[in-house]
Amino acid sequence: MSVFDYLGRQGDRLFGLAIEHFLIVLVSVSISTVVGVALGILTYRTNGPRRAALATTGIFLTIPSFALFGLLIGPLGLGTTPAVVALVMYGLLPIVRNTIVGLRSVDSAVVESAQGMGMGRYRRLFRIELPLAWPVIITGIRVSAVIIVGIAAIAAVVNGPGLGKDIFRALARVGTPTAVPQAISAVLGIIAIAILIDLFFVLVLRLTTSRGIRA
Amino acid sequence: MPDVTTPSGGNGAEPMIRLQDLSKVFPGQAKPAVDSLDMTIAAGEIVVLVGPSGCGKTTTMRLINRLIEPTSGRIILEGEDVTKVNPDRLRRRIGYVIQQVGLFPHHTIADNIATVPRMLGWDDKRIRARVDELLAMVGLEPATYRSRYPKHLSGGQRQRAGVARALSADPSVMLMDEPFGAIDPITRDRLQNEFLRLQETIRKTIIFVTHDIDEAIKMGDRIAILREGSKIAQYDTPERILTAPADDFVADFIGAGASLKRLGLTRVRDVELVQWPTAPRGASRPEVLEALRGSDKGAVLILDEQRRPVRWVSAREIQREDLPLSEIGLPSDAVVQPQATLADALNEMLASRFGCAAVVDGSGAYLGSVEFGTVSAIIQELRRDAREQSRAAADELHAAQAARS
Repeated sequence: MSVFDYLGRQGDRLFGLAIEHFLIVLVSVSISTVVGVALGILTYRTNGPRRAALATTGIFLTIPSFALFGLLIGPLGLGTTPAVVALVMYGLLPIVRNTIVGLRSVDSAVVESAQGMGMGRYRRLFRIELPLAWPVIITGIRVSAVIIVGIAAIAAVVNGPGLGKDIFRALARVGTPTAVPQAISAVLGIIAIAILIDLFFVLVLRLTTSRGIRA
Repeated sequence: MPDVTTPSGGNGAEPMIRLQDLSKVFPGQAKPAVDSLDMTIAAGEIVVLVGPSGCGKTTTMRLINRLIEPTSGRIILEGEDVTKVNPDRLRRRIGYVIQQVGLFPHHTIADNIATVPRMLGWDDKRIRARVDELLAMVGLEPATYRSRYPKHLSGGQRQRAGVARALSADPSVMLMDEPFGAIDPITRDRLQNEFLRLQETIRKTIIFVTHDIDEAIKMGDRIAILREGSKIAQYDTPERILTAPADDFVADFIGAGASLKRLGLTRVRDVELVQWPTAPRGASRPEVLEALRGSDKGAVLILDEQRRPVRWVSAREIQREDLPLSEIGLPSDAVVQPQATLADALNEMLASRFGCAAVVDGSGAYLGSVEFGTVSAIIQELRRDAREQSRAAADELHAAQAARS
């Protein structure tokens, strides 16, 4: 049985799984973004906390995903919750790092002149520093999203949603005629989601960056 | 002792800025960067803080808008003690221009200029009118530059936009930290002259920091020469600093050629202009020749319809019939404005064939010429002054030695 035959018969079901997959990525990246950008803003000006934030989120990314999902079963059980928590942890490093790098690379003369004109701390951050760091930050979010699309497949081990389910089902039935097409279809679906998300971020970057700082 | 308490022109009125016993000690440093500074700055004057690097001049300036908080002492602005007021509100009352300009790259020029008025809650109509007024004031055509981004502007244009931004809420005080330091020498000269012309109309109180004594002499109504710890070595008019340096530190800092530096003090408008014969661009050859014969000069200055100098045409060149009047002779490149210094004019005329520079008003119309002979006579006079001063000093020394022996 070819992949196309399989897709023809199982298309609707696969589309449902793909939507699930996309949604869990969306939720995880959103939470990662809020937490990661906040962490970056809180730590970029102080050496100690900055290193601590980067080291901690860096360690998250080195934990093998299979192990992390497994470890979270204890406190959080099975299903969507442990899956999202693990994915958020994996997504943090690129976002925290790019937020810090972006904010620290804002021209100090620009910040000084803003301060000299009487812009307070928050106004300076939201009107000047974040908009100028934005292209770097959004690139971090994009990297994080693409990483999470891949790792989300493994969320199936804790009974999480998404295309990972089909990969694990296929692995369990290696040798049967549908096993290989089933696995390949799921992998193709994941690649398609990754490409769509990447394109989406290219568009968002274009639309949300001031013409004055576009390359 | 240098005069630090009673600047002239104050008429006994409250000075714009008073610094009282102001000190700044940075953490971890034994010596104060600014050591109990007392200084009075009169309204409407450009006061230049100048000194060797590390003398604390920039620190002193940044104490005034409290980008650096003083360790002790008081800052009094327009009679009000501002040492403890909300620093952001204080800064909105003080224009601030730095060497790197620091325009916001993600905002248009108009939005950059509108920054402080927006914070002060002006309505859009008033802000728009103010932005256009300021752009025109600094010589950037509003329709062209309003919606451009900083990256589209040259260094000189950015500096102008920076000045416009600092002036946006019409502050009475401006702080300028080496504002023309990063600009090429030719553009810098032009920007300095334009700024002085602008200052004649806006009459702001300006604290201007530079390490360049020539710039200090050109820009300052009053110069404070600072030594380490922001100690005032001399606080005086440029004239007095050049002719009567308070001590060896000041004399060394001014360097050699103090008498020539005084050329940077005299403005073109202070000397008598010489009228060269002129003719409109559309004039006939006989008319031009007639103008030339009616004067003792060797050439006629051709003016365009707005009376702007176009070319110098000599008697021999009038004979050339194959080209129109506006293409023969030499282009009139040596052009200065009345507020330019004689040093500027000398620079210009050294490059011109007739040893004179055309003087034009703000719109470029011809007013007269300044000649090499005029400048040369002034140089002779300055030299003679300097020579007499040094002879007088030698006589004094001799008399003192004679008295001792």
